[in-house]
Amino acid sequence: MDSDTPVISAENVWKLFGPSPEAYLSRMPAGRSFEEIRSDGYIAGVKDVSLEVAKGEMLVIMGLSGSGKSTLVRCFSRLHDITGGAVRIDGQDIMSLNATELIELRRSKMGMVFQSFGLLPHRTVLENVAFPLEMRGQDRHARRERALEMVRLVGLEGREDYFPRELSGGQQQRVGIARSLAIEPNIWFLDEPFSALDPLIRREMQDEFLRLQDMLGKTIVFITHDFDEALRLADRIAIMKDGAVEQVDTPDKIVLDPATEYVAKFTEEVDKASVVHASVLASDGVPVDGEPVPGDATILSLARRLVEDRSDAIPVSLPDGRTGAMDRKAALAVLFGERE
Amino acid sequence: MSDSTYVGATRQGAEAASVGAIRTRTVVLTLFGAAILLAVLKPWIPSALVRLPEGAILPWADWLDAGFSWLQNDIGLIHVTRTISGWLGFLTDAAANVLYGKARWPRLEALPWSVVAACSAVLGYWLGGWRLALLAGGTFVWTALMGQWRWAMETLSVIAVAVPFGFGIGLLLGMLAWKSRRFEEALRPVLLVLQTLPFYSYLLPAVIFFKVGPTAASVATIVYSMPPMILMTIVGLRKVPPDVVEAGRMSGCTRWQMLRHVFLPSARNEILVGLNQVIMLALAMVVLTAFIGMPGLGAKLLAMMNSFKLGRSFEIGVTIVLLAVTLDRLSKAWVVKQPEHFERGTPWWQRHAFLLLGIATFVLFYLLSQFLPILDEVGRRQSLSRGSEIDAIIKGALGISWVKATTEFIRWFFNIWVLIPTELALLFLPTFTVILAMTGIGYLLGGWFPALIGFLFFAAVAQLGWWDRAMLTLHSTLTAVLLAMLFGMPLAIWAARRARASRWMIFACDTAQTFPSFIYLLPAIMLFGITPITVILAILIYTMVPVVRYTVEGLRGVPREITEAADMAGATRWQKLWKVEFPLAMPTIAVGLNQAFIFAFFMVIIAAFIGTRDLGQEMQRTLAGTDLGKNFTLGFSVVFMALSLDIAINSWARKRREILGQ
Repeated sequence: MDSDTPVISAENVWKLFGPSPEAYLSRMPAGRSFEEIRSDGYIAGVKDVSLEVAKGEMLVIMGLSGSGKSTLVRCFSRLHDITGGAVRIDGQDIMSLNATELIELRRSKMGMVFQSFGLLPHRTVLENVAFPLEMRGQDRHARRERALEMVRLVGLEGREDYFPRELSGGQQQRVGIARSLAIEPNIWFLDEPFSALDPLIRREMQDEFLRLQDMLGKTIVFITHDFDEALRLADRIAIMKDGAVEQVDTPDKIVLDPATEYVAKFTEEVDKASVVHASVLASDGVPVDGEPVPGDATILSLARRLVEDRSDAIPVSLPDGRTGAMDRKAALAVLFGERE
Repeated sequence: MSDSTYVGATRQGAEAASVGAIRTRTVVLTLFGAAILLAVLKPWIPSALVRLPEGAILPWADWLDAGFSWLQNDIGLIHVTRTISGWLGFLTDAAANVLYGKARWPRLEALPWSVVAACSAVLGYWLGGWRLALLAGGTFVWTALMGQWRWAMETLSVIAVAVPFGFGIGLLLGMLAWKSRRFEEALRPVLLVLQTLPFYSYLLPAVIFFKVGPTAASVATIVYSMPPMILMTIVGLRKVPPDVVEAGRMSGCTRWQMLRHVFLPSARNEILVGLNQVIMLALAMVVLTAFIGMPGLGAKLLAMMNSFKLGRSFEIGVTIVLLAVTLDRLSKAWVVKQPEHFERGTPWWQRHAFLLLGIATFVLFYLLSQFLPILDEVGRRQSLSRGSEIDAIIKGALGISWVKATTEFIRWFFNIWVLIPTELALLFLPTFTVILAMTGIGYLLGGWFPALIGFLFFAAVAQLGWWDRAMLTLHSTLTAVLLAMLFGMPLAIWAARRARASRWMIFACDTAQTFPSFIYLLPAIMLFGITPITVILAILIYTMVPVVRYTVEGLRGVPREITEAADMAGATRWQKLWKVEFPLAMPTIAVGLNQAFIFAFFMVIIAAFIGTRDLGQEMQRTLAGTDLGKNFTLGFSVVFMALSLDIAINSWARKRREILGQ
């Protein structure tokens, strides 16, 4: 496999719910809206979505309930069969797989974490974590070793023999995470993993999740209805509404330049200075004097420099090693939350 | 949407609703009007409308008999059933050998009663602590000391064979129905019929196709106990949370792995509730198999009641009730028993402490009983049965002049003023009056579908040719259920006002519901001997249980904020009860009422042996021969009447729930 091939690629993916969706999709006039489709007796769970996820990237899909984000991720893992378009995993069209191949794909490449955990109530922590290994027929000793390692990874040592009902919500989700990682998947799906937890635990789990991601570097599709969570975690965010993707971009770009009014509604309340990074505002090629600021610093963290430095442009060291120039006025506008 | 179109829409909606109400009223009034008119004009209308003429009644019984004999002989079903008989007979014999030493394979000695009692106590302790240990152990100690060991073991030997089969086949059919919607749709009506089929229609085919005795008893018991297992399996499998299912699929489970590791374990609780139901229904049926000559507690109870030995009947009744409560509590405790983890490093004997305790108890009591014969078997002379003394006490108490006067007055009052007039009235009504009235009731409660069912099913009852007897059956059930409401509702309303009383009432009703139906005849016979009012009383007690239970549950289930809102609106107690609590509780109460009717139809048939003149009496007669056709025409007369009420009440409850958003 070519390293440029996206790990997940969706091409005009449709998922319709209704009596005979394929037939309807083939005769449906182009450009029909969600409401019009509904009046025809179908629900557009996913509506003409095309996007790609690169290796090691974390794509966060953000949307309110009913926007189709969970449906979309289930199309990626083929928990739903799509109605139209194509989903490719490592270049392989997953709709062309037969039942055995699909099971093989899930056993070797995919892990998934669920909103309400999806733990098996009759199995202990260890047995839950070892479950995917057991399903693919790994021997008892090897799967025990691996499961213990995973349990340790998520910080549940000493609870291996507990049953799910004996654990708190946060702990249960740690089990869910450990289980999803047991088979060492390349692709990690997380469907609102922290939504069922209370805010303090949620924050703690997000930190834990970032730690794991730093360590493991998986390709991730993360679903949330919480815009702050999306900003905090994402490499790129896809914002969905009525089954369609409104905008896919980096958090900085979405905050600075929302594509639609719907997206703008989410960004209004956000403190942009803490989201936007210096590198995004920097332009190439213009030589500037002075000590460069790091490109991955947020505008907020540069507040003092921005206010005190009197020059028109501030040098920024970009990820590729070159130095760019950041327009100080534009940066100040972001810092003070002024609209362009 | 603009305001004006919104107003327009609601006005249209309101108009449509009132048009609907007017149409309902017109249809119902027309049907009832026609029904009353037919009754009033009875002397002048053609006799074909009063009773279906003999010539119009088709020979259903003969056709059924022909069908059965074709199945039995031409198709050769009898060979299949005889083979199954052989196997079942082998299993029941083996169980009988272990439990009471019947001289069959594996030719062990009977288990000493003390071993059974002690091991049940350990089982009870494991499942639910010392209370259950006491209940389980105590039940068997009582049974042994009362000298009823052998009869109880005869009964249990059938249960021991029937329950695994009922459970297994039910689970299998439930899984099939869950997998295939078409199979489920085909199965549902069959289950409805099985639920309302009188027990004689289970017994006679069992006797004809299988051998008399334990084999036929187990077959009838298996078939009778299976339906709730099927339903609970479907419910349980449907209820597995989607997250768990998807987690299974994402773990790469094959279909078989999904079923084995995900669906079945996640549906554990519902499946075990199904098992509990199987056990309880099996006990209820196995007691009734006394009517086809199955020995055991049921047979003894029947014999004692027939010879009016009240003391001994009472003792056997207590045993049956204790057995029922024990089996119920043990199996329910298993439902709620959750696996628990042991701390790391717990030695194996601690992990399996109960198993070891059980084995130790078994060995200990087995050895003890070798030296102390009383622990092995309680002889006839040694039993503590005080049958004749209790008999004397009961009869003495009933003989006290004021008690006697009271029971005689009640009997006289109900016979003269309630039972005879209503019975004559129902018999007086032309067949078509009843059919039209049932259609009207169906329409009133649930619209055109229940109306159609009411019409077709009651027409079918007329067509089956046992109209007058069917009316007698209907009369007993209607009277008893109405009386049960009359007495039960105030009791339930009283209890529902108090948290403690409600809890106790529901506990008592739940316990009473586990008693085999046969038991309910006992108090009725004690009080009134063998008279028509005994039948009504037995049904009354039996049906009061669901009426009270569901009324309490319904009233208690009204949300707190709503009753508080009523209080704040200045409602008096009565206003609150009538305007707020009852309307909200009605769907639940309707469920209880529906159950009451089904129970009543079941009980009225059992009461045949007291000497009724209805369908049950005729059915009982068929048991002596091979009149399968006649048995089924009678049985289906009951099924049709019970099902039309069931469908009407259920669709009413469903509609109400929809309106209330419950």
